[in-house]
Parts: sequence; structure tokens; C-alpha cells
Amino acid sequence: MLGPVPDEVISVRGLSKIYPQQANEDGSALVAVDDLELSVTRGEIFGLLGPNGAGKTTTVGMLTTRVIPTTGVAIVNGVDVVADSARAKRDIGVVPQANTLDRSLTARENLYFHGRYFGMSDGEACEASDDLLEQFRLTAKAHSEVHQLSGGMAQRLMVARAILHRPAVLFLDEPTAGLDPQSRLALWDIVGRLHDEGQTILLTTHYMEEADRMCDRVAIMDQGRILALDTPAGLKQSSSVNDGKAAVMQLWLSRSLDVLLPVDEETSDGDRRQRDAAERALSELVKAAESVGIPLPEPPDEVTLETVFINLTGRELRE
Amino acid sequence: MTVEAVDAGTGRWSTFRALLLRDMVVLDRNLGEFVPNTVLQPLLLVFVFTYVFPTIGQAVGGEGGAARFSTILVGGLVAQAVIFQGIFRVALPLARELDVTNELEDRVMAPAPLSLIAVEKIASGALQALFAGMIVFPAAAFVPATPLFVSVDWPVLLTLTPLACVASAALGLTLGTQLDPRSVPILAGFVALPLAFFGAIFYSWSALEPIPWLQYAVLANPLVYLSEGFRAALSTGIPTMPLPVIYGVLVVATAVLCLTGISGFKKRVLN
Repeated sequence: MLGPVPDEVISVRGLSKIYPQQANEDGSALVAVDDLELSVTRGEIFGLLGPNGAGKTTTVGMLTTRVIPTTGVAIVNGVDVVADSARAKRDIGVVPQANTLDRSLTARENLYFHGRYFGMSDGEACEASDDLLEQFRLTAKAHSEVHQLSGGMAQRLMVARAILHRPAVLFLDEPTAGLDPQSRLALWDIVGRLHDEGQTILLTTHYMEEADRMCDRVAIMDQGRILALDTPAGLKQSSSVNDGKAAVMQLWLSRSLDVLLPVDEETSDGDRRQRDAAERALSELVKAAESVGIPLPEPPDEVTLETVFINLTGRELRE
Repeated sequence: MTVEAVDAGTGRWSTFRALLLRDMVVLDRNLGEFVPNTVLQPLLLVFVFTYVFPTIGQAVGGEGGAARFSTILVGGLVAQAVIFQGIFRVALPLARELDVTNELEDRVMAPAPLSLIAVEKIASGALQALFAGMIVFPAAAFVPATPLFVSVDWPVLLTLTPLACVASAALGLTLGTQLDPRSVPILAGFVALPLAFFGAIFYSWSALEPIPWLQYAVLANPLVYLSEGFRAALSTGIPTMPLPVIYGVLVVATAVLCLTGISGFKKRVLN
């Protein structure tokens, strides 16, 4: 067996999560995460990219002690997150998708008590809170109640809270979902600065641009599995020119499907499956056309992660 | 024990203390709501039953009249304040924070075992139940116009009070982790009211002797043991259930409720 990779902060071996009660249509148990292997090194920003339901949040849940894996091992900063979850939590900072700020406390108190939960003295917690409020441009809102903060401010406060105890890994679950464009840029800026300071970050996203721009390495996930894992540039290079042509055709067809079978947050699971099936059928059609020599349009100048995703899954990555 | 193990141990207790500090800061902030909420109903009861009724000549309290009734009420009202504040101060925030607002998240991610985080909830609820009892006692003992007979049995009071407070908070944790926040009105209507009316607040348990089926049915109500216990602790001269029965039931109930509450908490938090 191979020894531990030097400076490996997250090590995941054979990690699966099966929900027996949440059966699929055919009655089989729902496999949210399927035999995952991952290794994240210190100081990198690692992205899990995939559509809703790909298993990204379940993966983060397992790595942050909140979801018990069905099989496999997850080690964060040398600590087994299942066997010693209380110790593992010391090394973990989490920004979940929902606003989880303590509404009974002010913005500053959210930071202060977080520090106290992690064993800081009164003085240390005060100092760390004030520093972070300053750094995240929240000093003016220090004594505001949580409900008085805008979405972007709440998100910044949650990031500040998550890094206050200097975790070995910062988990950001869909950090910019639902943020306005300006707040999204501000958050990217924050993540970039943390990266410069050497913070290891694992983020999940379904925004191609976010993964491309922020991450050192990206794992493309779909249906609980990792389909490809490389640097954004590496992923794009691995897509051949012909793949690119097929992907562009596929993308155009997908866009026209948006008109016929639109999908948004309120779309039912049944309609989503129908749409996915239609996309797969189109994907087959494109491949068939290609194989009999029907000319496909030229690929764009630059292959994007979106085309990579379409090549891998036969469908478009939707929000 | 290794240095690291000692370090981790003290770390966990400092987390526990910080969680408790947070709850006390929030309680302090909400005192303006906590005190009236705790004291209003007992004050109204005392006023109507021990001042208005005797003054307008409406008989109450059976043999011995209003004075005896005021005496019965003291233990019952303290018990009621303890059990309801213990239950509600744990169950209501928990049901909301677990399900609707997710704001328990940061405390769940604090570096301590989940069982210790659940125990903190019980400790915090028990302290609030204790404060409630301490606020209600003077209201019940000194407001009535009629004289009443109270002399404190310190050994009983000092042992029974913590037990009663912990039992109530553990019941709150059990309910709070099982409860869907939408069913909170049910808790208030269908649980609190019967608990109160059949909780031996307004009468002593032994006085139910003429209605044997009811006397046995109310034994399922935890408030009965608290009311009887506080009456014994405040030595009101009213006959109570034997102390070993009160202590026995409370000790067993506290142990069972702590275990169900802690395991319920873990189940709700983990996936």
C-alpha cells in the first residue's frame, strides 16, 4: 500500500453514501456518492463541479462529520472524520449553502462566540472578531442583528466565522449561489486572498466560470461519481477537437431544448428526468451524425469547462 | 493520559462552557420577555383563587378554605414553572433551529462530541427552569392575601430542585428533537394543558382518592411528582406521596429522558 501523500490535507478512499429509504424509481436504493477517491494537498483550491444532485453536498457533509459514510474512509488533516469527529471539527471550517448565522446574536457576537466554542479566551475571541470584521468590511455592521444584513454581507460573515479558528480546510458549499453579481465578485476576491495566504479550500459549485477561475484542480461530478479530475486547463486540453465539435452541436441543441422543455428550480423530478433523457438522445444523435460523416460546426476558439462537462455526461450543466 | 488527550478534554469543556455562556447571554437579553412570561400565569392564578374567590365568597380549596388552598398552590406553581420553562426553553428553540433556520449549525460544528453539545442543551434548560422556579416562588408565597404555611425542608429542596430541573430540560430535549416545528401549537394545546390540569397543581395527589381511576391515571404525568415533591420540600403540612416514590420516579425518568434526548439529538443532526 502506498504511504500518505506529503502535505495531503484531505484523503478520501472508497467513500460511498447510500440512502436505502430514498429509493430511485426502479426501487433501488439511492446512491448519493459512489466509491469516491480524492486527495487534496495543502494550500490548493479544489473544486467539485457538477449539477444539483451530483453528490457534491453529500461529499462535503461526509468530510465535515455531518453525514455518516456507508463505506470508505475520509481523513482531514490526519484525523478520521468518523472515528474522531470531535477532533476533526477543530480542523474544519464550513460555509454551508443556507444562512446558518445565529439570529439571537449580533454580527460581532456570531464571530466572538464561534471563537469561544473553539477554546479562545475572551480577549483572543474579541481581537479575532474585530480583525475579521475589519478585513471583511463588516465593522459598520458589528452590532447589527443578523436579519439586518444583506445576502452578500451574511455570506461574508459566514466565511469570516468559518476561518476564525484557523481551520486546516475551509469548505465552501455553493458559496456564490443566490448572490448578486457584485457580491459574487467580492466573494471571489475573498477566496483569492485566502488562497494567497495558504488556506486550503474545497468548494462545490455548479458555475463553470467559478470552477475555471478559482480552482487549482477540478473534479467533475455527476450521479455520485467523479468523471474527470484535473486542472481546468488540463480538463480543457483533454477534450479533442472532434469532441469539441460534437459538444458545440450538443450545446446548441440543448439551448433549443431549453425552449421546449425548460428547467428551473420548480421543475418536478419527472420533468427533469424527461429533459435529461432528451439530452442523452440528442447526444447519441450527434454522435451518430458524426460517425456517418455529417459535417458538424467548427468548435469555438476556446474549449470551456461546459463543453468538457457535456462531453462527459452527454448533457448540459444546469443551475 | 497523553498531553494531547488532556488538552482535548479541557478543550471540550471549554466548548461546553462557551455554549452555556451563549445561552445565558441570550437569556439575559430576553429577560424582559422571560420574567413576565414565567410569572404572569402564577400571579393571575394566585390573585383569582386566593384573593378574588374568597373575597366574593366563592368557595374554593375544600376543607380549610383559602389559606389551605394558597398553601397547596405554592408547591404546584413552582413545579409548573420549572417543568414548563424546562420543556419550552429547550424544545421550542431547538425545533426551530434544527428545522427552519438551521442556526444550530455553528454550535453543532463546535469541536466537542455531539452528546456533550446535547448535554449543554439540558444544562441550559435546567438553569432556566431553576430561574423560573426562583421567580415564581416569591410570587406564590407572598402575594396571596391569605396566610399560608411554608417552612423549607432544605435537604429535600436542594436535592429535588436540580433533579426536577434536569428532568424537565431532558423532556424538552426529547420533545424538541422529535418535534416538527409545525406541531408546536399541538404541544401547547394538547400536551401543556392536560399536564397542567392533571398535574396536582391545584390539589394534592392524595386528595384524588375519591376518583381512583383518575388518581392512577395522573401517575403518568411527570408534573405530579414535581408538584408533590415541591410540596414536600416546602413542608406545607399537606400530605404528599412518599418521598422515595417521588425520588425513584424522578431519577429513572431523568435517566431515560437524558438518554432519549441525547440520542434523538444525534439522529437529527447526523445524516
